[in-house]
Amino acid sequence: MDVVWLSRLQFALTIMFHYLFPPLTIGMGVVMVWLEARFLATREPIYETAARFWTKIFALNFAVGVASGIVMEFQFGTNWATYSRFVGDVFGSALAAEGIFAFFLESGFLAVLVFGWDRVSPRMHFFATLMVALGSMFSAVWIVVANSWQQTPAGHHVVAVTRDGAPLVVGGATALRAEVVNFWDVVFNPSSLHRLVHVWIGAFIMGAFFIMSISAYYLLRRRHEEFARRSFAGALLFATVFSLAAVVSGDLQAKNVYRHQPAKLAAFEGQFVTGRGDLSVAGWPDEANGTVRFKVAIPGLLSWLLTGDATAPVLGLDAFRPADRPPVLVPFLSYHVMVGLGMAFVALTLLASVLLWRRRLFEQRWLLRVFVVAVIGPVAANQLGWVAAEVGRQPWIVQAPLERDAAGEPLRSADGTLQYREHEGLRTAAAVSPAVRGDQVLGSIILFGLVYLALGVLWVVILDRKIKAGPDDGEGPPPPTEGFMDTAARLGRHAESYTGADR
Amino acid sequence: MDHGTLATIWFVLAGVLLTGYAILDGFDLGVGILHPFVARDDRERRIAMNAIGPIWDGNEVWLVTFGGALFAAFPEAYATVFSGFYTALILLLFALILRAVSLEFRSKMSSPRWRHAWDWGFFAGSFLAAFLFGVAVGNAMIGVPLDERGNVTSSLLDQLNPYALLIGCFVVATFAMHGAMFLNLKTEGELQRRLEVWMWRSFGLFLTTYLLATIFTLVLIPRASAKFERFPLLGTAAVVVAVLAIANIPRALYWRKAGQAFLSSSVTIAALLALFGAALFPNLVTAANDPALSVTIANAASSPRTLTIMLVIAAIGMPFVIGYTAVVYWTFRGKVRLDPHSY
Repeated sequence: MDVVWLSRLQFALTIMFHYLFPPLTIGMGVVMVWLEARFLATREPIYETAARFWTKIFALNFAVGVASGIVMEFQFGTNWATYSRFVGDVFGSALAAEGIFAFFLESGFLAVLVFGWDRVSPRMHFFATLMVALGSMFSAVWIVVANSWQQTPAGHHVVAVTRDGAPLVVGGATALRAEVVNFWDVVFNPSSLHRLVHVWIGAFIMGAFFIMSISAYYLLRRRHEEFARRSFAGALLFATVFSLAAVVSGDLQAKNVYRHQPAKLAAFEGQFVTGRGDLSVAGWPDEANGTVRFKVAIPGLLSWLLTGDATAPVLGLDAFRPADRPPVLVPFLSYHVMVGLGMAFVALTLLASVLLWRRRLFEQRWLLRVFVVAVIGPVAANQLGWVAAEVGRQPWIVQAPLERDAAGEPLRSADGTLQYREHEGLRTAAAVSPAVRGDQVLGSIILFGLVYLALGVLWVVILDRKIKAGPDDGEGPPPPTEGFMDTAARLGRHAESYTGADR
Repeated sequence: MDHGTLATIWFVLAGVLLTGYAILDGFDLGVGILHPFVARDDRERRIAMNAIGPIWDGNEVWLVTFGGALFAAFPEAYATVFSGFYTALILLLFALILRAVSLEFRSKMSSPRWRHAWDWGFFAGSFLAAFLFGVAVGNAMIGVPLDERGNVTSSLLDQLNPYALLIGCFVVATFAMHGAMFLNLKTEGELQRRLEVWMWRSFGLFLTTYLLATIFTLVLIPRASAKFERFPLLGTAAVVVAVLAIANIPRALYWRKAGQAFLSSSVTIAALLALFGAALFPNLVTAANDPALSVTIANAASSPRTLTIMLVIAAIGMPFVIGYTAVVYWTFRGKVRLDPHSY
């Protein structure tokens, strides 16, 4: 069995499951800081009630995020040993910084945030919430820096691995690795700021839509209405601002991708042939024939967006050797759906904001229904953005830089194609662990698949119960809803005595 | 600083992170291993879980940071160990996930079956994690076959050799004892009285496996004892501290000095890990087939620049880490009180 393919599948499975949770905690963290700040300023109990309720949900998301996150850090070594040896000097420091600066901060103060309500003062609790929110945002900093370095490496040089002062040669080839030359050039590599801002914005949108979804559910059920209206209005403000910001950030990022990774942008846009860039709104790339079928495109718009000139040629995949071309179908589709969803968020949040301003929002029951399910949109957009970014970087795991002339323009070789500096990057196919066999990876995929399936189901079941139980706003107990497990237990209860309260 | 000094400093710092993890998460895992035997009803089990409730997550970060530090400071070792012990590590991840979600999910429904199932998840996850840590230490002690690029060439079955299994049992017993000492600090009344019996039992188990592990190490791994001749001072100091700390445990138990007992088991763990580090140095992964192929700190280390940058990061970060670890432990000091926010 192909270790490379299986390892990629496993990485996709574990990271995509994990990445359901960090954006939620980043996004919700900001909202909780806002709620507690409002409580400290106004001392209105409704804000504290709201903060306590969202904390419970936050803790559940955080726990599943932590449980699935530890897999990620180990996986670089288990499945991608050659990659780890190549990048450790650069990538490892970012990961270690994440542990020291972000994870300790988050997990330490999470204890006070979740368990400390009755033990510390409201001011101290607010401080803990602020630290958890900051910690979750810091963790995004370091992991995005590390990933951006793989996309647009900078601040390093590639040298031979040495043993007792002599280069290590294995099987006739010299072993190479990247070493830091300038730490700040690594941190502020050409894509890290653009990508970090975009990741944060994506997380804020997802957290806000998550809160709006639950609030809309209460409004539709006419429960906890005061709580739900305030939560919804606050989250809507966040969602509107950041949906608009995402469009600007996305545009800046696309220009930057074109500058540094033109093959990736060609895959995003289905630009098979170098020439005028038409912005395709829809289509289905046909890689075998090098065309986009069912294409609906705006002529010249891509050229204009990237260069400011509607007739300027945009590099197509034909400018690269076949072995250097990324796949097109997956990046094209994931990128286009992400962009489409982003536009939909702008439309939806602007519409809701106008209605809120006219004090008619909470009567639009159809719109509240839309908001209950709309959270799926940001979840999908966050995932698809990463799919596009990672698949679009292929065949590289660490993107090799293009040969450029003194002016920074890409150089063409004799056959007319653009050339990469092969030895400064690392191909995905060469990056896996030589010590690991395909059946081992298959076994771990099955194990993680089953565990994550169970985790996902339990997360939904418990989230559902927490939502049904609702915030403790003095409205009294919700209508009795017996959970599935409780029913099962009641029907077959044993004689043992258990005194636990359902908390 | 020259490269060798930096690499040695990072060897020690990685050891400090690992020791921090073993002492802190060690009692978390110990509570998980012991709780089905010690805590009889749901209230007692909740007390056991909430004794570690606010802190286990932060304790586990020591492992994550150890992993990050190993990756950054010694990428060759990180790659060799993690890919070479593939199946064991995947099982470890499974165990850690199981423990985390058992803690988190158990309290979310009141059904006895639901809670019982998660009790077993908590036990199994904690037991398996502790055992696999021991297996890893055992294999690090006896070494694994490596090829010239530093890749492990043995299989999981080779790695589950009798010596590694013995060290696995030893670590389970050590953490169980350490967890009992910690629970003793956090409980009162009937639960605490019942715990006393288990403190003695787990100490007995610890002592038995400790003696067995010592004998087998001396017989099977002459390399380890040879290290004493290289570091006579450090080796002797660690042995003396370990023996004194171990001897103080029954004394503290007899005089009911809970704080001293916990401190003694913590010092025991730290001294044993110092011995482990001394036995390993300067290797990170010992090649069992050919000593020349071993992954040493010299040939696994990152560049001097990266090691220096990391030192700066650690110097800025660690005071904060210690600061908020202290805040959290202070906030949740004393006996466990169950409140509406507890697990």
